Amino acid sequence: MDIHILYYLIISTIMLFCGIYGFFTRKNLLALLISVELMLNATNINFAVFNRYLFPDALEGHFFTLFGIAIAAAETAVAIAIIINVYRNLKQILTDDITDLRG
Amino acid sequence: MNITLLEAVFYVLSAIIAVCAVLTVTTGKILRSATYLLFVLFGTAGIYFLLGYTFLGAVQLMVYAGGIVVLYVFSILLTRSDKDMRYKIGKAKLVSALLTCGVGAALVIFLICTNTFAWTEIPQDIIELPAHKIGMDLIGTGKYQYILPFEVVSVLLLACMIGGILIARKH
Repeated sequence: MDIHILYYLIISTIMLFCGIYGFFTRKNLLALLISVELMLNATNINFAVFNRYLFPDALEGHFFTLFGIAIAAAETAVAIAIIINVYRNLKQILTDDITDLRG
Repeated sequence: MNITLLEAVFYVLSAIIAVCAVLTVTTGKILRSATYLLFVLFGTAGIYFLLGYTFLGAVQLMVYAGGIVVLYVFSILLTRSDKDMRYKIGKAKLVSALLTCGVGAALVIFLICTNTFAWTEIPQDIIELPAHKIGMDLIGTGKYQYILPFEVVSVLLLACMIGGILIARKH
């Protein structure tokens, strides 16, 4: 097994910054949520890789990834429920148009 | 130059992840964006399999690829947002976002490449993590065992289910 730990970290870095770029440039709420999923996945890869390479006898990173996946699923479910409700009430889905709470 | 099977699989997976992650945030149609996200999640599951965490890879496939992406596709169709992606972004904002991400990614890659802890670490032989050990650790009460977070996550999922139903139901 000769794949170095750096290669995994570089892949997760690319994924994280793709997510950040999407978060900056997208205006649709669902596209924003997709970018957040990319960022969460990058951190999950990092946890698993650090656990496997640096502490192969422990399981902390493994379980953190597991709980991270569960929390990401919960977050997505609630966020999509909120977005569907916003669309039903305001008929808008773009961040520029949802200004009811603006002071 | 010998390339083992594991290395070849890793390079293919990382190429898929990198290309699809870029396409996810740059494509103009949101349904395509969700599809590229699905491929990124498949690649992530493949990396978990490669690391020997087969249970984690299976969870990733089931929860993300099976659950979350389907949820995304349904909500995209429900909110009719597949035609809403043709908006204009200001050139200054686009340039600043690109600059931020480029500089940030270059900085992070520079930091992890010049960090010495990663180079001195010898890669271990990858063996599959047995599911029996995962189960015993997940429901054990001893040191480095995770019964309390397990229960907390189950309560969190219940709360999210109730919250989702309450928020999304018709009044």
